[in-house]
Amino acid sequence: MSVARIDKRFAELKAENKSAFIAYVMAGDPDLETTFDILKGLPAAGADIIELGFPFSDPMAEGPTIQRAAERSLAAGTKLRDVFALVKRFREIDQDTPIILMGYMNPVEYLGYDRFAQTASEAGADGLIVVDCPPEEADALSDALDANDIALIRLATPTTDADRLLTVVKRTRGFIYYVSVAGVTGVKEANADAIAEAVARVREAANLPVAVGFGIRSADSAASIARIADAAVVGSALVDEIKHWLSNRDATEQTESLLENGTASAKVLEKATVLAQAVHSARLAAKG
Amino acid sequence: MSDPVLRNSYNQPDAKGRFGQFGGQYVPETLMPLVLELNAAWHDAKNDPAFWAEFNSLMTHFVGRPSPLYFAERLTAHHGGAKIYFKREELNHTGAHKINNCIGQILLAKRMGRKRIIAETGAGQHGVASATVCARFDLPCIVYMGATDVERQKPNVFRMGLLGAKVSPVTNGQGTLKDAMNEALRDWVTNVHDTYYMIGTAAGMHPYPEMVRDFQSVIGKETREQILEMEGRLPDALIACVGGGSNAIGMFHPFIDYDTVKLVGVEASGHGLDVYNGHASSLNGGRPGVLHGNRTYLLQDEDGQILEGHSISAGLDYPGIGPEHAHLFDTGRAKYVTCTDLEALEAFQLTCKLEGIIPALESSHAIAKVGDLAREVGKGGIVVLNLSGRGDKDIATVAKHMGEQNGSALS
Repeated sequence: MSVARIDKRFAELKAENKSAFIAYVMAGDPDLETTFDILKGLPAAGADIIELGFPFSDPMAEGPTIQRAAERSLAAGTKLRDVFALVKRFREIDQDTPIILMGYMNPVEYLGYDRFAQTASEAGADGLIVVDCPPEEADALSDALDANDIALIRLATPTTDADRLLTVVKRTRGFIYYVSVAGVTGVKEANADAIAEAVARVREAANLPVAVGFGIRSADSAASIARIADAAVVGSALVDEIKHWLSNRDATEQTESLLENGTASAKVLEKATVLAQAVHSARLAAKG
Repeated sequence: MSDPVLRNSYNQPDAKGRFGQFGGQYVPETLMPLVLELNAAWHDAKNDPAFWAEFNSLMTHFVGRPSPLYFAERLTAHHGGAKIYFKREELNHTGAHKINNCIGQILLAKRMGRKRIIAETGAGQHGVASATVCARFDLPCIVYMGATDVERQKPNVFRMGLLGAKVSPVTNGQGTLKDAMNEALRDWVTNVHDTYYMIGTAAGMHPYPEMVRDFQSVIGKETREQILEMEGRLPDALIACVGGGSNAIGMFHPFIDYDTVKLVGVEASGHGLDVYNGHASSLNGGRPGVLHGNRTYLLQDEDGQILEGHSISAGLDYPGIGPEHAHLFDTGRAKYVTCTDLEALEAFQLTCKLEGIIPALESSHAIAKVGDLAREVGKGGIVVLNLSGRGDKDIATVAKHMGEQNGSALS
């Protein structure tokens, strides 16, 4: 399945004239069971594709929200093998929703490209995003992933000019991830007007669907991105729900308030539902 | 007499910034076009005699070069082996070798039309040097410094403020050099349009390891000329401390082609090489991986997470090392030994008493191991040690430690 699972999902949505809603969750934040509950609930909440972050100690392209999520995950003892196990458990209950692993180079290096690709494939992952691996350094990793039918999804950014775009799109599969702002995750807000032109340019160069992420925090901005891109990715805004839940939990010792606080996974899924609705109805609303 | 002709058959890195299997450009796509632009600008500058004329003029009149090569007579007598010379980088303006690199990079930043300088610092020496050149060339300077280091290097924090730089304390992680570097990279990725990142050591993404080495090579080039004049021959061995490794590679590089010259780097082994996460010896106690834009030896756990490491010296407290050192380690051209906190503290005090020089704690690591090397080389031999920085910034750390020692002796 793998790359085909991603292609199929985009084809289905295209037929319905819908943009995809991609939800990001950090594996093991604040613990593996919470992550599994979120994964389990995401398809029903409207997530078309799931990005599953694997934590790294030095996430240099992340803003504070995802940095803290990685710290919480590592503090809870999350290992790469736990992340693969989450994917495997999810695949037992869902065979249609693509899972893209997302993280940094060193944990991949440590395991070894071939072993990483093979283990990810066996677990049922479909794609990989490595933030600090530009095309110039990616050939050996691409070879290993291709051999296991996992898509290496490349990033294009506002600093990627037309010439460089040709380098970026080479050997990319599944979709292209357009980073809508020059900056770290979850800080600057994306401006849909400014990125419409870039999305069109990237789509033409890649001949693949274009997902937009890094600066989408609200249902409104998710909807405006959904009108121009093939997918809208939301990460920090979902992770923030976990942060809020944890601080509410720590702030209160009253049983009643704790019950009101609900569960972290429910909070994330609630938020995901709102965002998914905004993304899926964006184009219909625009027509109406 | 040895060959006085400067050889240059050693030709690293390659066009992709690789020193053997190490180096490279592992950066997010947002930075990639900037890194490529920097590489082009650097190669243009490198081949421009006017660039080097300005660099050399500033080296002479602003930095105070050449730095002396000094025969450490009493330390030599103390160890009873080869003659020990100090390359006196601590006498440079701002008190360390770091200024050599900053002069080069600020000229490049100006040439590229950048309006804002960011830097990371550990001990604060690179931060002070960055703040200094930014004041001299009228550019705003933001220095990222781990909160732990801000605390243990207060005099340098105050200096940076006097020089007009903004010091931004980093509380992520353990608040040391690697966390400062992460934060500087986040700044760069956010302010791509006008910002120049002035990396302080011969590490990070290509072209930094090559560029910083070339600026710091002034150390080795001068050493070569000075020792030929004073002794009529090349030294038998060179020794320098390595954190990221810029002072060592600056000293070593002009000698790599001369097989008779031993190259010895000294890594900080903190509480001891056998103490988990208690040292900063990336080569002797780490394994290859990818961090901060390059593949090199790293301190890391069994899941590829980076360890903080430990050294009493803030400048050596970094879980990686420049890729060229990783290459020299793998090929065996250079040898890397280790030195604990306690050994460095002893060497610090010994140098004060025997030579009337207060060395930086970083440099004290090399001094601690120069005796072994001098005895190994033997009488009649010549060893040159890179005294990379002065120790005024460290007196509070050393005083605290001496107090603890005295306290325990009394009780």
